[in-house]
Amino acid sequence: MSRTQVLATTDEAVAGIADGSTVLIGGFGLAGMPFDLVDALIRQGATDLTVVSNNAGNAEVGLAALLKAGRVRKVVCSFPRQADSYVFDELYRAGRIELEVVPQGTLAERMRAAGAGIGAFFCPTGVGTPLSAGKETRVIDGRTHVLEYPIKGDVALIGAHRADAVGNLVYRKTARNFGPVMATAATTTIAQVSEVVPAGALDPESVVTPGIYVDRVVRVVARHYTVQGAR
Amino acid sequence: MALTLDELAALVARDIPAGAYVNLGIGHPTKVADHLDPTQGIVLHTENGMLGMGPAAAADQVDPDLTNAGKVPVTELPGASYFHHADSFAMMRGGHLDVCVLGAFQVSATGDLANWHTGEPDAIPAVGGAMDLAIGAKQVFVMMTLFTKRGTPKLVPHCTYPLTGVGCVSRVYTDLAIFELGPNGATIRETYGITPDELQARLEIPLTPQA
Repeated sequence: MSRTQVLATTDEAVAGIADGSTVLIGGFGLAGMPFDLVDALIRQGATDLTVVSNNAGNAEVGLAALLKAGRVRKVVCSFPRQADSYVFDELYRAGRIELEVVPQGTLAERMRAAGAGIGAFFCPTGVGTPLSAGKETRVIDGRTHVLEYPIKGDVALIGAHRADAVGNLVYRKTARNFGPVMATAATTTIAQVSEVVPAGALDPESVVTPGIYVDRVVRVVARHYTVQGAR
Repeated sequence: MALTLDELAALVARDIPAGAYVNLGIGHPTKVADHLDPTQGIVLHTENGMLGMGPAAAADQVDPDLTNAGKVPVTELPGASYFHHADSFAMMRGGHLDVCVLGAFQVSATGDLANWHTGEPDAIPAVGGAMDLAIGAKQVFVMMTLFTKRGTPKLVPHCTYPLTGVGCVSRVYTDLAIFELGPNGATIRETYGITPDELQARLEIPLTPQA
């Protein structure tokens, strides 16, 4: 199955996600977070999930709501602790969720490697720190590197700005963040967008994620949310 | 007199070369941006995928799709560009950023950095982009107070907190002095409200006076 499906509802878009799946969830804080897809995943009911995302949820929306619903066994992320990450914090302190902390660039590159068919890569980030403890190292050009393995998702849930009918995506400002990388790294990539346009309506030179990486698209009504730190 | 945070930020800003690509991390170092000279053509990178970041957004400019690494709403300057996370960190790791400025819990005399985790049992570890920045930027500056609130030095022989990077910090800006770090230890560049001898008495590392 290759061609992108444009679906009418988020419930159709998340159909079939299995218990125990590894789910890549886009977003940096709230920017780019596919809220509607995550809400649909909560309704869909899949559980025992491993979630890969930069953060571990804000307040009680998006990823935090998924955590609160008890569907997540393990979080792989770079920065779980935030001013409003209390849902994760409580689960973690109660020993009810596993955490793997990964340096942010290594997190992105491990997913990039998965999408690009790279078996593993040597990376200088984290050398001599607890996050590289026990990992294989090699000195290359006089510098120590750590061997890092890909992170592959069963599913990626991402937020983009606009899709065309064949699944090409463009993003908006810093909400792009992990979307293009996660789209390549999952067996099934599901994108929520603010607008779907006919094929030919996106400038091919401007496409950020080519439709080959995108399996399902659903249009959602843009949601307004409060940004922390706004002044 | 010891320096205020704003005075310290101004000193860091003064030392950033014209035309540099710079990452200011999160928290206190972001204050450096307020002191950059707009005519110097310094370009700010934010790890979440932007070059050409402008000042924090005023209330009527807030766009939830445009934030900095601290998730604070910001603005874009003419010539800005957006890119995804793997590209943003390739920029760091690949040595394309000239300077990054980070906060720290501890820095060792040979430039080891500890700034992500106190190691306390109930602390939730959160590293973000700190390790990538520490090893990636051509120069890593640290901006911090020289002593904790309890008076314990933060410039130390060996870091006791979990490390962020090894031998990566080249310069430390503190409220009491600026230090250059290298394989041979720390050199005092300037002092503020304290003499080099007084500094040496309060720190457990050998200090080389300014040449």
